[in-house]
Amino acid sequence: MSKVADILDSMEYGPAPEAANLAHEWLDAHGRRFGFYVDGKWVDAGSHFASFSPSTGQEIAQIGQATSSVIDHAVKAATKAQRQWMEIGASRRTQFLYGIARQIQKHSRLFAVLESLDNGKPIRETRDIDIPLVARHFYYHAGWAKVMEAEFPDYEPVGVCGQIIPWNFPLLMLAWKIAPALAMGNTVILKPAEFTSLTALLFAEICQQVGLPKGVVNIVTGDGETGAAIVDHPDIHKIAFTGSTEVGKIIRRGTAGTEKKLSLELGGKSPFIVFEDADLDSVVEGIVDAIWFNQGQVCCAGSRLLVQEGVAEKLYGKIRLRMETLRVGDPLDKAVDIGAIVDKVQLDRIDELVRQGVLEGATIHQPNCSFPSGGWFYPPTLLTNVEPASTVAQVEIFGPVLVAMTFRTPAEAVALANNTVYGLASSIWTQNLDVAHDIAAKVKAGTVWINCTNQFDASAGFGGYRESGYGREGGREGLFEYLRPKLETTKASTAPTVKPHERTNSLDKTHKLYIGGKQARPDSGYSLTINTTNGPVEVGRGNRKDIRNAVEAADVAFLSWSSATAFYRAQVLYFFAENFEGAKAAIIESLTTTGSSDRAANLEFELSLDRILHYAAMADKYESETHQAPMRALIYTRKEPIGPVALVCPSESPLLGFLSTCLPLIAMGNSVIAIPSYANPLPAMELYRVIEASDVPGGVWNIITGTPEELEKTLADHDGIQAIWHFGSRENGEIAQRHSAGNLKQTWCLMGKSLNWQTIPSREFLRRATQIKNVWVPFGA
Amino acid sequence: MLESAVKAHPRNPGTPLNLDQIESLAVNRSAVERRAATLAGRRTVKKEWQAAWLLQAIRCIDLTTLSGDDTAGNVHRLCAKAKQPVRQDLLDAMGVEGITTGAVCVYHQYVEECKKNLAGTSIPVAAVSTGFPAGLSPLRERIHEIQASVASGADEIDIVITRAHVLTGDWQALYDEMQMFREACGDAHVKAILATGELGTLTNVARASMVCMMAGADFIKTSTGKEPVNATIPVALVMDRMIREYHAATGYKVGFKPAGGIRTAKQSLDFLILMKEELGNDWLQPNLFRMGASSLLSDIERQLEHFVTGRYSAYNRHAMG
Repeated sequence: MSKVADILDSMEYGPAPEAANLAHEWLDAHGRRFGFYVDGKWVDAGSHFASFSPSTGQEIAQIGQATSSVIDHAVKAATKAQRQWMEIGASRRTQFLYGIARQIQKHSRLFAVLESLDNGKPIRETRDIDIPLVARHFYYHAGWAKVMEAEFPDYEPVGVCGQIIPWNFPLLMLAWKIAPALAMGNTVILKPAEFTSLTALLFAEICQQVGLPKGVVNIVTGDGETGAAIVDHPDIHKIAFTGSTEVGKIIRRGTAGTEKKLSLELGGKSPFIVFEDADLDSVVEGIVDAIWFNQGQVCCAGSRLLVQEGVAEKLYGKIRLRMETLRVGDPLDKAVDIGAIVDKVQLDRIDELVRQGVLEGATIHQPNCSFPSGGWFYPPTLLTNVEPASTVAQVEIFGPVLVAMTFRTPAEAVALANNTVYGLASSIWTQNLDVAHDIAAKVKAGTVWINCTNQFDASAGFGGYRESGYGREGGREGLFEYLRPKLETTKASTAPTVKPHERTNSLDKTHKLYIGGKQARPDSGYSLTINTTNGPVEVGRGNRKDIRNAVEAADVAFLSWSSATAFYRAQVLYFFAENFEGAKAAIIESLTTTGSSDRAANLEFELSLDRILHYAAMADKYESETHQAPMRALIYTRKEPIGPVALVCPSESPLLGFLSTCLPLIAMGNSVIAIPSYANPLPAMELYRVIEASDVPGGVWNIITGTPEELEKTLADHDGIQAIWHFGSRENGEIAQRHSAGNLKQTWCLMGKSLNWQTIPSREFLRRATQIKNVWVPFGA
Repeated sequence: MLESAVKAHPRNPGTPLNLDQIESLAVNRSAVERRAATLAGRRTVKKEWQAAWLLQAIRCIDLTTLSGDDTAGNVHRLCAKAKQPVRQDLLDAMGVEGITTGAVCVYHQYVEECKKNLAGTSIPVAAVSTGFPAGLSPLRERIHEIQASVASGADEIDIVITRAHVLTGDWQALYDEMQMFREACGDAHVKAILATGELGTLTNVARASMVCMMAGADFIKTSTGKEPVNATIPVALVMDRMIREYHAATGYKVGFKPAGGIRTAKQSLDFLILMKEELGNDWLQPNLFRMGASSLLSDIERQLEHFVTGRYSAYNRHAMG
């Protein structure tokens, strides 16, 4: 029989290889040995390490290991370039970004093949997904470069950005980092992952081709040590990191006490929630895109399947059937769905976790498939009979492994979905609009995909909740990671402002703590003495148990306060304003006891009232936006409260500073545990009765007095707190940042500086008081 | 070859109408379109594989002429092309033989002409029927038309459903109508044309597919070729999924026929790939898969010549159908 006749009989696919000769020619032209791109020039590396092609296990190039002196060189170049980059103006910056986008398109196949060779991902994905998204990212941000000054008049570039990216989407992550940074007038030092440096080096050539001014983009390669040299460099103003939660925490600790801006895009264990009314055949394809895309090496992979019990077996059957037609093999074959795992280390880790899952009782299903020899391959895997307590249900496997569990009700689906330390993404499948939007609101994740999954676009911010990190990449929201508000700052005062006076009070006043809507005696049974112009006053000396109690109250209160309507929150704040005004005499008296003149006290009172009214107004006016991705879908942002937030209020302006920091958080639906001015807590404490009288639900606004030593570390360590704002001393701010790493609280620390509380940038406060969730809703009758 | 393949699986006898199941069917259009759009990028066949697959595509073509100006002459030419769809020298070069199209498809008027022309071959003759393409002539006449075509020797009957039954959700009426058509066909196989371009939604396509299979359709077919939108990959995907669902539930295999607008070799491969991915190799055979087409064949011939010679071919080098 002829070959054609044979095939006619078997109707198999046959090989469909993508030619890799041009990529190999490019590697050969560089002697398969690379240096660094610094200050617009190629710099030789002192030492190299090997980079392997995962599908063969063969070495394909020698990559330079950048030392701290290389980083230093790059930082100097980037620093010098940043001024020039701003001086050339928005139009020129736009043209450069546009030029990069065009150039990427012109070399798209070379990028796609090189990426596949280097990473092991299928050519279909690099060709159809990664590289087109890279170009789209530069086009989109070219536009932002043009309108930056008009759209963000109160912001300026951060400066020099250190960017460290992972190996799973090498060029795409580069684009996510470099495009917004350059668009907002920054310069960058980018380090690709050591497994996958090649496309970043090709990108450097693109920068040369378009004539990008030297030093604007610097590409340095190396391992974790190189990364650490970037993180630790004192003249870098911003670190953007995508990678593991473990390394994210190290970076958070390492940058504590510095003024470096930080964005972290970390791990996940994202739920993929299937309701019984979903289009199950489409769900199956969604699962393929969720967990068998890029070999499951996707931080937002839908790796936890939660399916409504009644359709679970039916869905599992469909998944198993579909797994039989997945083709695993040579990533450069155009008809391959699953390529190679990036490295042997990763392959071993996947294998080990799956074995552990089975040991813990999971039922494993893998299709029959054969792999090319020599490379690092793992079959698509479904684990059923998995419970939330199983290791594989909790740990990010970062491989083609789906774990499945069932739920009974929408509420249980949400509970299971949120039963994780992560919060990167979620996918929800139902034909019911009411269910979809309700669950989308309740799932804790930066991205929610309804009836779709792993959709990305430059226009929609991507980033995590909880230990999946903070900051967004993409969209308007992502630009703020590369902008700095033009703030008028002063040095924060820490010393008490009132000298000791003789006690003049006729009747003793009791100043307790304010926890869960009630005045509470401090657990310690001790008091602190505060100097006032009326003599010494005792206030409660809060301790770790008071913090614990306050966080518990704040946690409960958060549930209802965050889901209450914004209009209701506005009404509560207006009522607070009303009662605040009613208590004017007592509040002013309290201010004067801090040493303020009558005039100053009156002014602070009036400004405070003004601020309350402002945030009451904004409570229902800081609204969602929609994004314009190139697809038929509604993509809307939800500006959601973060959770219970700890707040170390400024020492100065004891009333205005207190209200200016508490109110944006409360208006946006957070609950707060606030430590008022250490020096002068009394004006804030005067508000207990005003808060009580204003229907602020108990637990929304907790106020604890005490000492930094006893309160702040406990707050920063507390896993129930989702963010910490620190307007205290530099030293304490550093401690707060370092300890925030435990559960990756968002932090906002002014590092011993303070604001002019009379004129604060209100929108920046609201932005900080919320986190953005993007909800993708494709539609079609 | 076809007859033996047909006997390889039992004919779908139909099932009682299960209204609960019909009404629970829901299709998410965006998700279906995404799968349809990415499929072409996920699979491809090259070189010998492409040649073989294109030959298989020919085997699955219902070579069709459905024009008001059809005459015995052009129907005769069509039958000749069905018997010898590819130049012999090309077949020889590829080392294959016995390639014919899956069937010829004509109006009732030309059934006898086709039977005469195709005598001695195993190529079946299909007749479009039941007031094709609108299907709105009196029911009695539609049934009579089927019977007349069967009497004239038609092996397969392509009926059109009453779209109104779908658009108004009258599944019982659709089921009853389909059952009557099936009964009138007797031993001839019946293909149910859903006219998906006129059904409004993919959910309607899914429901109509399932009702027709429950009523005993041997094939479900997308279009008459006369609607503004005919065979599309998303529609085919939905129909394939329903065939899979029906097979899983009953064990019976129902065939699929996209028709209308399939003009290029690439499109025919897209449909074959879809069948293989969604239903498996059984549905790559002409007893379970047909493509209704008239001009498709000439593009495939050119591609085959390119495979054999390495040179791009031209239409005038291949015989007209």
